[in-house]
Amino acid sequence: MSVENKEFKPTIVAFCCNWCSYAGADLAGSGRMQYPADVKIIRVPCSCRVNPMFILRAFQRGADGVILCGCHPGDCHYSTGNYYTRRRMTMLFDFLDYLGIERGRTRVEWVSAAEGARFASVMNDFVKKVRDLGPNRKITDLRCKPVEKEGE
Amino acid sequence: MQKIGVFICWCGSNIAATVDVKKVAEAALREPGVVFSADYQYMCSESGQRLMKDTIKEKGLTGVVVCSCSPRMHEATFRKAAESCGLNPYMVEIANIREHCSWIHKDIEEATEKAVILMRAAVAKVNLNQSLTAGKSDVVKRALVIGGGIAGIQTALDIAEAGYEVDIVEKKPTIGGKMAELDKTFPTLDCSACILTPKMVDAAAHEKIKIYAYSEVEKVSGFVGNFTATIRKKARYVNENLCTGCGLCTEKCPSRKAPNEFNEGLNTRSAIYIPFAQAVPKLAVIDPAACIHFKTGKCGLCEKTCDAKAIDYNQKDELIERRYGAIVVATGFNVIKLDNFEEYGYAANPDVITSLELERLMNAAGPTGGTLLRPSDKTHPKKIVFVQCVGSRGQRPCDKPYCSKICCMYTAKHSMLIREKYPDTEVYVFYIDVRTPGKNFEEFYRRAVEQYGVHYIKGQVGKVAENEGKLRVYGSDLLLNEQVVIDADLVVLAAAIEPDESAKKIATMLTTSIDTNNFLTEAHPKLRPVESATAGIFLSGVCQGPKDIPETVAQASAAAVKVVGLLAKDQITCNPCVARSDELLCNGCSACEKVCPYGAISYMDKEVNDHGKREVRRLAYVNEAVCQGCGACTVACPSGAMDLKGFTNKQIMAEVDAICR
Amino acid sequence: MQKVAEIAQKRAIQLLNQGAVNRVLGWKKGEFPYDETPAVFASADELKDFVYDSFSSPNLSKYLIEESRKEGKVLAFLKPCDTYSFNQLIKEHRVNRENVYIIGIECGGMIDVVTLKNRGAVGLTGADDDGENITAHTLYGDVKVRKEEVLLEKCQACKGKKHVIYDELIIVNPQDEKPRDRFAGVEAIEAMTPQERFDFWRAQLSKCIRCNACRNICPACSCLQCVFDNPKSGVASKASPDTFEEQLYHIIRAFHVAGRCTDCGECSRVCPQDIPLHLLNRKFIKDMSAFYGEYKAGEDSETRPPLVDFSKDDVEPCIISDKGGDR
Repeated sequence: MSVENKEFKPTIVAFCCNWCSYAGADLAGSGRMQYPADVKIIRVPCSCRVNPMFILRAFQRGADGVILCGCHPGDCHYSTGNYYTRRRMTMLFDFLDYLGIERGRTRVEWVSAAEGARFASVMNDFVKKVRDLGPNRKITDLRCKPVEKEGE
Repeated sequence: MQKIGVFICWCGSNIAATVDVKKVAEAALREPGVVFSADYQYMCSESGQRLMKDTIKEKGLTGVVVCSCSPRMHEATFRKAAESCGLNPYMVEIANIREHCSWIHKDIEEATEKAVILMRAAVAKVNLNQSLTAGKSDVVKRALVIGGGIAGIQTALDIAEAGYEVDIVEKKPTIGGKMAELDKTFPTLDCSACILTPKMVDAAAHEKIKIYAYSEVEKVSGFVGNFTATIRKKARYVNENLCTGCGLCTEKCPSRKAPNEFNEGLNTRSAIYIPFAQAVPKLAVIDPAACIHFKTGKCGLCEKTCDAKAIDYNQKDELIERRYGAIVVATGFNVIKLDNFEEYGYAANPDVITSLELERLMNAAGPTGGTLLRPSDKTHPKKIVFVQCVGSRGQRPCDKPYCSKICCMYTAKHSMLIREKYPDTEVYVFYIDVRTPGKNFEEFYRRAVEQYGVHYIKGQVGKVAENEGKLRVYGSDLLLNEQVVIDADLVVLAAAIEPDESAKKIATMLTTSIDTNNFLTEAHPKLRPVESATAGIFLSGVCQGPKDIPETVAQASAAAVKVVGLLAKDQITCNPCVARSDELLCNGCSACEKVCPYGAISYMDKEVNDHGKREVRRLAYVNEAVCQGCGACTVACPSGAMDLKGFTNKQIMAEVDAICR
Repeated sequence: MQKVAEIAQKRAIQLLNQGAVNRVLGWKKGEFPYDETPAVFASADELKDFVYDSFSSPNLSKYLIEESRKEGKVLAFLKPCDTYSFNQLIKEHRVNRENVYIIGIECGGMIDVVTLKNRGAVGLTGADDDGENITAHTLYGDVKVRKEEVLLEKCQACKGKKHVIYDELIIVNPQDEKPRDRFAGVEAIEAMTPQERFDFWRAQLSKCIRCNACRNICPACSCLQCVFDNPKSGVASKASPDTFEEQLYHIIRAFHVAGRCTDCGECSRVCPQDIPLHLLNRKFIKDMSAFYGEYKAGEDSETRPPLVDFSKDDVEPCIISDKGGDR
């Protein structure tokens, strides 16, 4: 597994809120703080714009990890958006865990506009964890296949 | 099908050195909808914009993708350019291949591959973009300034001078803030009160300025141009229309044990008091925690004394609701608590004081009438040790990581004033660095050393201990590499400053961000230093970061200009990226209404024609002037009726698909 | 049981004749003697077909979305668990309460026909219920079983015998509240290793034929148009044999009803593939109560569901990984 992982370049979708995390990512950029190119950022106005459907869609289309970044609780530009994000994602992630999908593939992090270094370190850490997990087979394998006798 | 043009910016070498821009341009042509692509050295330059505009016209583009720096930098620039040649500005999307790509990756192949994917996601989005039209909303031509220190006063005066109404809300019974407590100011040694009090009086007298002293902002709703603030005017127990500020009541008051906040607790005041002689507004206020009447129901001396009949024990807090177009935060700072700095013995020894306390001990209106006396035995200190960076520039949990900026200069000022007034007093200063980057600052510091013979010792103090009526200071001299022990009469700590505790609450209330040290964050560290990231919220003074008086005043005036620029407009353009509900899909379940932070969603019964079936349904309706476009409602909506313009479900999923392709 | 049905029928006729209600929503015999089917009765004559017995499991609440919007008043018989669904629909403004007259009807638990058949009642023609035992009549003679053993899953995990909303009650035999552990099934899965969980759900969800029965019966899944049927949503999909679509469907469906699902158990009851769908919904119910305080959807018609509410000190999503495991 480890040999294979050295070559493994995961696809990682990062949803970043416009006001804090996207700005934090910009700050990481202007500070030339490196993190892997595997991370591709999608800008959303607020973390609360992220529908669980988007996350599942990413996995469905082959993402190996999805991370959601928003303002720190209490600092949401829209005052309460990230509080809803927190509940929704707690529920969704626990649910995916319940289905046996690796916990490490989903994450929520609060990154402020001033935390460029933190943005980079969060991404480095997340990519490392996803690389260790390897390609996302489970979620695509959790599909309708001719039923074998397993689990019955 | 869209006709999309893709423009790849080199940003000089910022992008082109790590991203093969030609390759990105080639790849763009393979994307659906793309009819044109080009790379250019500086897309944001006039010629770059001209290239974009000419292509829009020549090729009849319906959409544009600019692969460049962050949209937070130039999205507005490119959208404006598109608009100028007839393309709806919201048909332009930015792929951030600088901050999110070229600047953070070194490998050209890897960075190019990522840039292509980011471009592809932006193209996928633009394929689904629709023209959007921004609405307009009215601007309330009044500003709110939270905090009545020098920052708030200056901002308010400048706004008022420009002809706009402005309210100052100050939580203390008087405006003036920390500057009112200072004795002299560096580097000119002006008397602080002499330069501040005229401004306080100007503010009070200005017909456009209303001061809500002893008041706090409790709630703020709304958005740029149209905020509504609830102000709690705390009960003074003194009728402000009747009180003449004569002060007779404060003399008669038998309860005299309350610590005097204005003198940093170095002496006491009466339960009914006027904070200081030049207070604005000059009105008495009862401290119910100290007042005998409030504690026992007896006394009532002040009421009997007051000829104006101003005392009103039954006064209640008053809630005032006012509308504002702009809000300025000027909440200032406090000196940190020194409880965790046991090595300096601040709590144990009355003769270990903070610099702010020293200001009061040297001030003619202070507890000693301006004569420098030790708090313990009221004798003249003959040997004084100043300790710099107490709690600043430290790594321990109780320390602040930042430089408090003002300490080097005020310590030079203190030592100079002391040596001037008491030439027989020896002054030592322990410092890490002496930082004097300001006009005439270095010269000022040199005077302290050369002209006034102040002993500067580079090194830190490890311990201050009481020793036979003196304070034994154990320090180190890093230049001579030796231990220093000084038996001092007085130790003055240059304690770090931190944002006032109200800053965090107010930041939350205003939905603007604060950093890890609780300073409010400016919209851009270099280019937008007095604006917060939230439109219509501006920053003035130390709430944004440590500053001295001239810097604070400069920033206060800058904030005022920004406010005036906003208030000068009759209408402002709203964000067109707002939520919209599809009538035919709406269940009327109210989930969206519950999560909306702005109350922008209401319900109405409306007849719909659902594929020939006519019926009256309960439908969500979004007030576009109120909606700020967070999108919380779109996820709460189970049927997918609620969507966010500019960030629709399909657009975001198209981006996801493009990235995961 | 027989007596309850008679009283209900009599009362319905009375209310119709008085003009207090215009229609009655109840159950009638279906194609088989054990598939009681929801029905609207417009007259005393039609009400002759009214049945209420241990096979009257369908939850009638969802039908009230349509029925309550029609002219006049509709009488509906709701079992205790059905009243939760109805309350939830009131909360979501989906039913017109004024047009509904609710008779809360006692329920001693409903029978799972499949289990009953597996217990030997093949060729079922009917059954008698004395509260303790079921006497199943079959083509081959009677089969007697303990009722407890043939209850529907949703009745084994009964939420309680209390009606949370009604205009009047018909209760002949007050039912004892038996302590039921609704979450044992969820806990059993939680106790598995991630791989075991994955294998379990993969096997279960792979059986899905995407007939949409679970969605169509669900009182919470009452959108005018489901996102999965709406081509504009971007996620519309039909059954497809080798993609993630079905799983996406079940996850999104569970998420959409999270905080709104009253655990009426209809999804599992109607699933032709016997997928234990209630275990998906109950996971959300369990988590929400654990993280955000006890919450029962439909217990009243005002409280904010947890997912459209928040508290400043809510747990962080990382609590999921902090519980241990492979992250």
